[in-house]
Amino acid sequence: MAQLRSVDESFLALPLSALTDAALTRAVDLGCEHADIRVERIRTQTIRLRDARVEAAADGEDLGLAVRVVHEGTWGFAAGVVLTAAEAVRLAEEAVAVARVSAALNTDRVELAPEPAYPDAEWVSAYDVDPFEVPEAEKTGLMVELSEQLLAADGVEHVQSDVMHVKECKYYADTAGTRTRQQRVRIHPTFTALTVDRVTGGFESMRTLAPPAGRGWEYLTGTGWDWRGELAEIPEHLREKTKAPSVEPGRYDLVVDPSNLFLTIHESIGHATELDRALGYEAAYAGTSFATVDKLGSLQYGSSLMNVTGDRTAEHGLSTIGWDDEGVAGQQWDIVSDGVLVGYQVDRNMARLRGMDRSNGCAFADSAGHVPVQRMANVSLQPAPDGPSTEEIISGVERGIYVVGDKSWSIDMQRYNFQFTGQRFYRIEGGKLAGQVKDVAYQATTTDFWGSMSRVGGPQTYVLGGAFNCGKAQPGQVAPVSHGCPSALFEGTTILNTVQEGGQ
Amino acid sequence: MTAMTGQQIVEAALAASTADGAVAYVVDSSEANLRWASNSLTTNGAMRSRQVVVISFVDGGAGMAAGTVARTGTPDVAELVAASEQAARDAGPAQDAVPLIGPGDPMAPVSTGDWDADPATTSIEVFGDVAPALGQAFGEAGGRDELLFGFAEHQMSTTWLGTSTGLRLRHDQPTGRVELNGKSRDFGRSVWAGVGTRDFTDVSIEALAADVQRKMAWSQRRVDLPAGRYETLLPPSAVSDLMIYAYWTMEARDADEGRNVYARPGGGNRIGDRICGLPLTLRSDPAEPGLECAPFQVVGGSSGAASVFDNGMATPATDWISGGVLTNLVRPRAWALQQTAPAVAALDNIVLSDPGATATTEEMIAATQRGLLLTTLWYIREVDPQTLLLTGLTRDGVFLVEDGEVTGAVNNFRFNESPVSLLGRATQASVIERTLPREWNDWFTRAAMPMLRVPDFNMSSVSPAS
Repeated sequence: MAQLRSVDESFLALPLSALTDAALTRAVDLGCEHADIRVERIRTQTIRLRDARVEAAADGEDLGLAVRVVHEGTWGFAAGVVLTAAEAVRLAEEAVAVARVSAALNTDRVELAPEPAYPDAEWVSAYDVDPFEVPEAEKTGLMVELSEQLLAADGVEHVQSDVMHVKECKYYADTAGTRTRQQRVRIHPTFTALTVDRVTGGFESMRTLAPPAGRGWEYLTGTGWDWRGELAEIPEHLREKTKAPSVEPGRYDLVVDPSNLFLTIHESIGHATELDRALGYEAAYAGTSFATVDKLGSLQYGSSLMNVTGDRTAEHGLSTIGWDDEGVAGQQWDIVSDGVLVGYQVDRNMARLRGMDRSNGCAFADSAGHVPVQRMANVSLQPAPDGPSTEEIISGVERGIYVVGDKSWSIDMQRYNFQFTGQRFYRIEGGKLAGQVKDVAYQATTTDFWGSMSRVGGPQTYVLGGAFNCGKAQPGQVAPVSHGCPSALFEGTTILNTVQEGGQ
Repeated sequence: MTAMTGQQIVEAALAASTADGAVAYVVDSSEANLRWASNSLTTNGAMRSRQVVVISFVDGGAGMAAGTVARTGTPDVAELVAASEQAARDAGPAQDAVPLIGPGDPMAPVSTGDWDADPATTSIEVFGDVAPALGQAFGEAGGRDELLFGFAEHQMSTTWLGTSTGLRLRHDQPTGRVELNGKSRDFGRSVWAGVGTRDFTDVSIEALAADVQRKMAWSQRRVDLPAGRYETLLPPSAVSDLMIYAYWTMEARDADEGRNVYARPGGGNRIGDRICGLPLTLRSDPAEPGLECAPFQVVGGSSGAASVFDNGMATPATDWISGGVLTNLVRPRAWALQQTAPAVAALDNIVLSDPGATATTEEMIAATQRGLLLTTLWYIREVDPQTLLLTGLTRDGVFLVEDGEVTGAVNNFRFNESPVSLLGRATQASVIERTLPREWNDWFTRAAMPMLRVPDFNMSSVSPAS
């Protein structure tokens, strides 16, 4: 699978060096301690189908440039979409003007943790087929065919399907001498079957579990996921869910499949260990974190079986990259070791504030039009080296529920109290699956939940899940991120009946 | 900024089209923002962008198909048009195909805007008075050992939309918001105030800071309460976040197909059903004072709620709920034709009101024997689409009201509630005021809402967050 790809010629043909010289020279002339320029071209295509017919086919490209400066200890940022040297100079001047207006609010002097310079560096993500080189008719044709297969099944009344694929080309240069060129590709197809009971007015749905991946079009044609196999099973899963009894609320031992657990990791570990949240930078919006810096090295986050890493390096990971938007190289590090909080995700200014030697490379903007902020690495729960299979975990549970697939999610602003639903829930009785139940949500407090983790699956259960739509910052930014995890057992988790919750 | 104006690009794209129909629109946007935490700046920015969108319509014999291509900056217009025509040819016939709207069509808007004028813009200077006032507020908060966090943003966008049928429509949209979050130094107490604005001339940082200071004072006494159902006063911001979700779900096609909360068991939708206990009206109006929004539709990609074939369709004042009765659902023209029902487009503002309401929010608090007064709601997500059951958190101020007065601050809760069910159970509404949604203000800032009294709001569990 090793790729010898290079960044698209059409991107490299942009006047990157001329823009860099113009912007950085002007910034230095205006007295900036630091300046960087970022040029990004993000191509996005979405094909959306309703009942196996194309509802929308949209192809977008966002191309722009941004200049960020540190001027007299204050950040300044300006962005535009015209790629000329004159505009680069104007943006450098505007960034300094923004810094000057903002100085009235600033009491913390910005300084950046050191990072080696990378004067001529290139990185391309691992994919086989660039989705933007596949003919449109071939792409829509495959989506229609797969959707028709699902719609033709007994009991499936409607099918909602879509595929979104993205190609990012990014150039970064700064006054320390770094010049990086990068390209990455990602794809997220989903298929949802729906059935309606006209008499009762009830309806149920069942969605594919296939995660979004840092792969190309080959993902939909069989590399990394068996689409036809999963689509063939969806109608029966849906039929069983429709007939399933409503869950009895109470406490259950929960076996959580990676297709669901990745999102619980995202919300209760990923966001909680972002240092900008712990320091309060997101306090008015995304929120803060219970995992405050005074607890680093002592907070018992979960059971001793819990080992969590952050990385920018996992193959096919959605937040895997060569260098971040401050020129820091991708790394892997520990966040939770043997259940104890040991690390955060940081950027260069925060790394310096915390006295760290170096940033771990988590500064990203979602486009040229936005300023870099600390964004989430691939935050992953490590499997137990000789750990059990999912079936073995289930076989040890007397009365429990097996949770598969993500659906609804919500967590509070300090990352304590969460509630999740899923695609399907199975009762476990006497160590065996005993059919689906419906109307299920699980609710817990983060440290209680991870503290109750009493079995962790082996590498054979490990799946790299993820999402395209992680939101953070004001103005709002959206980032893709992956989370790998094994299956795991959580004892005595609160299960709600969502129909009873609604008071119906 | 660029060699070609937005108007010229629209004309060039339509002139280059070889398709059976075309829509082109350009959005020139500019924005400035300031963000702060712990009484100091964190990020800022001044951004400009231009989006160019071409939608081509091609009839390959089996029916009209549509393809959309969007680019930022200074794209090659001929390439853009060719790419969108190819996308349409590859897409296959559209289910929502209807003839494009032209001038004189009853669906065309009455007001077309000043096509030829320069784009409206903003810059960091819009905060010329705001920045020093914030600096002053930081100093005062620091003096009380309190911290301020927040965000101020101003955006201007000018949209020029042209169709091959001859429509030329222009709209300027200012959007502004400011949020101020106050905390004790240990983050143990946290309160919020926020407001939407068109131009920041009506924003008083001093007034927002005073509101924050008042709520910080209310938070001095802490009261722990368990989960359960409480008489609850939902202030305008909290009501707006719940109503926005109810509004975003108002899709006629989903309802007609039996797949949302507005579906009628047995078939059809619930238009005509009384869904509110009070005679409430939920409406949108492009001319709503202070909340003005586009009087026509701009659609880049079709969905059940909007169609690319409806670009330029007028969005007149619409009642979604009238006198407590569900009156309208969002219905693109193609689905309207199929259902023999009126075509109705979504708008970018909502107003919920009880025409008979006379009480202010303060008077509603004063008339409460014992209840919870909320501030904002957060992390609202759909749990059960059948009932539109939503979950979420209370945030930045749950206050205990006893004998008409705030007596302390209560812990936060996770709630599980449906906004449609709440409309049925609300027993009192105040007079309305402009408000800023907390959860959804990245996408929706134009709302005017009352405070609602709900006798039995479901606080599902306690959240230790503050």
